[in-house]
Amino acid sequence: MWIYEKKLQYPVRVNKCDVRMAKFLLEQYGGADGELAAALRYLNQRYSIPDKVIGLLTDIGTEEFAHLEMIATMVYKLTKDASVEGLKAAGLGAHYANHDRALFYENAGGVPFTTTYIAAKGDPIADLYEDIAAEEKARATYQWLIDMTDDVDIQDSLKYLREREVVHSLRFREAVEILKEEQNRKKFF
Amino acid sequence: MESGGIIMSVNPHTRPGDEQYVELLTQLQAIDFVLVELNLYLDTHPHDANAIEQFNELTQRRWKLANDFEALYGPLMNFGHSYSGYPWQWNDTPWPWQV
Repeated sequence: MWIYEKKLQYPVRVNKCDVRMAKFLLEQYGGADGELAAALRYLNQRYSIPDKVIGLLTDIGTEEFAHLEMIATMVYKLTKDASVEGLKAAGLGAHYANHDRALFYENAGGVPFTTTYIAAKGDPIADLYEDIAAEEKARATYQWLIDMTDDVDIQDSLKYLREREVVHSLRFREAVEILKEEQNRKKFF
Repeated sequence: MESGGIIMSVNPHTRPGDEQYVELLTQLQAIDFVLVELNLYLDTHPHDANAIEQFNELTQRRWKLANDFEALYGPLMNFGHSYSGYPWQWNDTPWPWQV
C-alpha cells in the first residue's frame, strides 16, 4: 500500500523556459540510472532479500518516487510555455510529434524506458552491489546535469538530488555489511 | 527549526501558493527531510536509542505542523489520512508541480 502526499520532497523553482535542459533532465526520468529505474529496482528486490534490509529497500524505493516527481516537475515547468518551434529547435521535435508536451518515460536521447535497466539477481549481495552502483551512476549523472546549466534554481534542486544518491549509496553499503555479518554468524553456530 | 506557535501568526484569509503557504510548506519539507534521514539511518542502525528518541520527538512535531498546514490549505494525504472540508478539497490546486 502506498499513500500519496501532496507536496514535493524538496522545492523545485523554475522561472524560465529551457527546453534543452528539460531534454537532458529526461535522463533521470526514464533513463537507465534514473529515478523510475531506481524505484522499481529497489521495490522489486524486497521480495527475495533477507528481512534485515527489506525496510531499507522499501524506504529508499519510496523516496525515489518523490525524486521522480521532482524531475517531472522540472521537465514540466521548463517546457510548459515552449512553442512548437522552441521544442523543435531544442531537439524535442520528435517528442512533440508523438507526445505533444506530455511527459514520457524516455532518456535524454529519446530512448523509451525498458525494464532491462533493472537487475534482479536474487542473490542479496549481488543485488545490493547493483544498488550501490546505481546510486553512484545517478550521482555522476546529476553532477553532469548540474554542469550543463547555469540556472541556480535548477542547480539547487539537482544538488539536493545528488546528495540523496550519496546517502542512499552509504546506506546500501551498510546493508551489505549487515548481511555479511549475518552470514558469518550462521557459519559459526 | 521552530514549529510551535506557527498557528498564532497565521492569516486565515490565505490561498494556496501565497507567501505563507510557501513558508509553511518549506518548514514541513525541512522537518520531513530530517525524518527521512533519521528513518534511513535507523534502518541500518536499529540500536541507536538517541536517534530513535529524536525520530519520535520529530514525528510528533511533524504531526502538529502538518495539521496546522492542512487546516489552512486542505488535505496533504489521500485515502483517509487527512480530513476534508466541504466541498471535497482533494481536487483543489495547486498540485505539487503547480506550486
